[in-house]
Amino acid sequence: MKTTVLLSGNQAIARGAYESGVRVAAGYPGTPSTEVLENIINYQGVYAEWSPNEKVALEVAIGASLGGARALATMKHVGVNVAADPLLTVAYTGVGGGLVLLSADDPGMHSSQNEQDNRHYARFAKIPMLEPSDSQEAKDFTIRAFEISETFDTPVLLRTTTRVNHGKSVVQLSLPKTPQPRKFERNLQKNVMIPAYGMKRHVVVEERTARLKEFAETTDLNSVEWGDRAVGVITSGISYEYVKEALPDASILKLGITWPLPEGLIQNFAKKVEKLYVVEELDPFLEDQIKAMGIDVTGKERFPIIGELNPKIVAAGFKGESFTAPVPPELPARPPVLCPGCPHRGFFYTLNKLKAVVTGDIGCYTLSVLPPLEAIDTCVCMGASIGNAMGMKRAMPEDSDRPVVAVLGDSTFIHSGITGLIDAVYNNTPVTICILDNSITAMTGGQDNPSTGKTLMGEDAPALNLAALCRAVGVQDVLTVDPYNLDATEKALRYATGTGKPSVVITSRPCLLIKKAKRSAAPAVDKEKCTGCGLCLKLGCPAIETEEGEGRRKARINPDLCTGCNVCTQVCRLGAFGGTE
Amino acid sequence: MERSVTNIRLAGVGGQGIIVASEVLCEALLGSRFDVKKSEVHGMAQRGGTVNSDVRFGERVYSPTIPHGDAHILLAFEQMESLRYLPSLKAGGTVIVNRQRILPGAVSSGKAVYPGGIEETLRARAGRVICIDALSLAREAGSIRSVNVCLLGALSAMLPIEEELWQSVITQRFKNKGLEANLKAFQMGYQAARKD
Repeated sequence: MKTTVLLSGNQAIARGAYESGVRVAAGYPGTPSTEVLENIINYQGVYAEWSPNEKVALEVAIGASLGGARALATMKHVGVNVAADPLLTVAYTGVGGGLVLLSADDPGMHSSQNEQDNRHYARFAKIPMLEPSDSQEAKDFTIRAFEISETFDTPVLLRTTTRVNHGKSVVQLSLPKTPQPRKFERNLQKNVMIPAYGMKRHVVVEERTARLKEFAETTDLNSVEWGDRAVGVITSGISYEYVKEALPDASILKLGITWPLPEGLIQNFAKKVEKLYVVEELDPFLEDQIKAMGIDVTGKERFPIIGELNPKIVAAGFKGESFTAPVPPELPARPPVLCPGCPHRGFFYTLNKLKAVVTGDIGCYTLSVLPPLEAIDTCVCMGASIGNAMGMKRAMPEDSDRPVVAVLGDSTFIHSGITGLIDAVYNNTPVTICILDNSITAMTGGQDNPSTGKTLMGEDAPALNLAALCRAVGVQDVLTVDPYNLDATEKALRYATGTGKPSVVITSRPCLLIKKAKRSAAPAVDKEKCTGCGLCLKLGCPAIETEEGEGRRKARINPDLCTGCNVCTQVCRLGAFGGTE
Repeated sequence: MERSVTNIRLAGVGGQGIIVASEVLCEALLGSRFDVKKSEVHGMAQRGGTVNSDVRFGERVYSPTIPHGDAHILLAFEQMESLRYLPSLKAGGTVIVNRQRILPGAVSSGKAVYPGGIEETLRARAGRVICIDALSLAREAGSIRSVNVCLLGALSAMLPIEEELWQSVITQRFKNKGLEANLKAFQMGYQAARKD
């Protein structure tokens, strides 16, 4: 076995879990956490699954832990919001086998709807938190997290950020260890959180926190690197790397465990340096607690609360300056776009004709907000489109004939749209829910879900029948259409929005990029018929280009990009698209 | 190259094989016993979007991202992207640019103009500019998909990595698909950079 390898943080976490003898891992795909489970299935002896959402994933991991197995749950930062309900109470029950929750945060919002700082969850749930700085630590801290979990009878939060998850660095591999076997032990007062038992467990939680504080004082997860004592820096996670680069000679207190904090260690460090800084991304999580210890420390007044840090920002902060990145030259942008042949494109083009209020959701289809489609009006969180649509409908004047349409994908619908749909039926709110079924969780790179007929482990599974599910919860009008057929799509949308009852339209067409779906020949553009009216450009298809020249520029198809979906052929009123090149 | 860390930024357009190229580069650097870190962002549907990957190597690397304006080498897979990432180049640094042009939507639909005079702009900032027709070379090597490895070949002319190591890393990566074309494209990229 090659023992020195280059791994991403996510690969290293998967490896660390394996070396810890993890037996069950569950998660929901979400950038930047997704690759942990995609990698963990390569190791023997690990059962891993995509759960329908993060709450279920954590509940699966809790069950496995109580059953005696070491268990890992993985999710992105906003996923922890979904899983917060079980999290805050498993903090009371404690664990059987070690239980680790990975929260992969996304400062800078590379692929997220907010940049919340999930370190607050550790304090909120009263569970210890480890923050690795690179891939080696991602592996090592995962192993340590399982050990702490079992030693202190607590779930452990492993908190990472995008640059740790997706950065690659050198890792030394070890052989897996088999943890001491544990099995499920019936213990009603510990595992059944009725008020009388829960109150007793809260006492245990506070005692545990006190013991964890003592542990944090002496553990080698925290370390002091003495340098020039004129400047002392307290830091953790990726910020440590930036500090080392910006101020290589400073004295550093590097915190590997960032909740609970080692007050004695911090007091001692503070006394031995002349000027104390805390460098951390996002919220003043460490800073506020250090200030509460009565220590004079400089933090957010020098280092921004918004976005990612980097070595230049940190270096400028130490100088009391603010760093502004050089303005990039003005160039034509290359924004992320719906792919050529994306089944969502024709759907949104058609939906725009209805002039509806469109509540959107989280997935590739959120890209329809960008020009030229600009097809959705809201986007809050996973599954929100349906609830948002119902509230929107209730807020509208009763005589408004403007339809309200919710749009979400198959995976998002299963994640947290189903309950919203039941609400629409239960309270008879006349909204139309469009499920864009491309048979994959596409935005995160193509993961299976309950509707795809495959599991994470690659086994066949019964494919959830979305139309049957919608009918079963009481939706009377459930229409399924091919989104490549614009007439049929428009007809379905007009019918569904006119019933005066909750209705569902399912657009059924696999993701072209991920599913390797069938492609057809590119249509030719008849230069005689094309007047350069520009209607086809309203599709925003990367494969539709225009001839070079001044004034009205005629359309042409880039055959290298075109997949032959023929949506443009249907949009052109002049019949200029058709046949093949 | 303060504290002996070398910074290479790879930049181009989604689908050009930039991430694969940076993986191969990192494996070759690791094999040459350097400390290596790399960083890039994935997640959003990046097909057709701008993609960049930072690779850093030396005795000990801390930040996985290259500090602004500290790239010693900019390896641009597409002409216009070389301009977009030019501010990340250290004054006097090297730009290796693929002459290929990939039109963004705004240009192909006539709403924006593809910039001209790119080589001159690059030369005004960079200490050295190497232009490579990687698409033609890759085609000649047998597969247009080997543009990325062709550019690695050009890059290899600036790096302290043994040729045999490159060969073994490329062989490892492409042993199941397109190995011959990639090995050939690598050589052609190397020769082109040497001649430039």
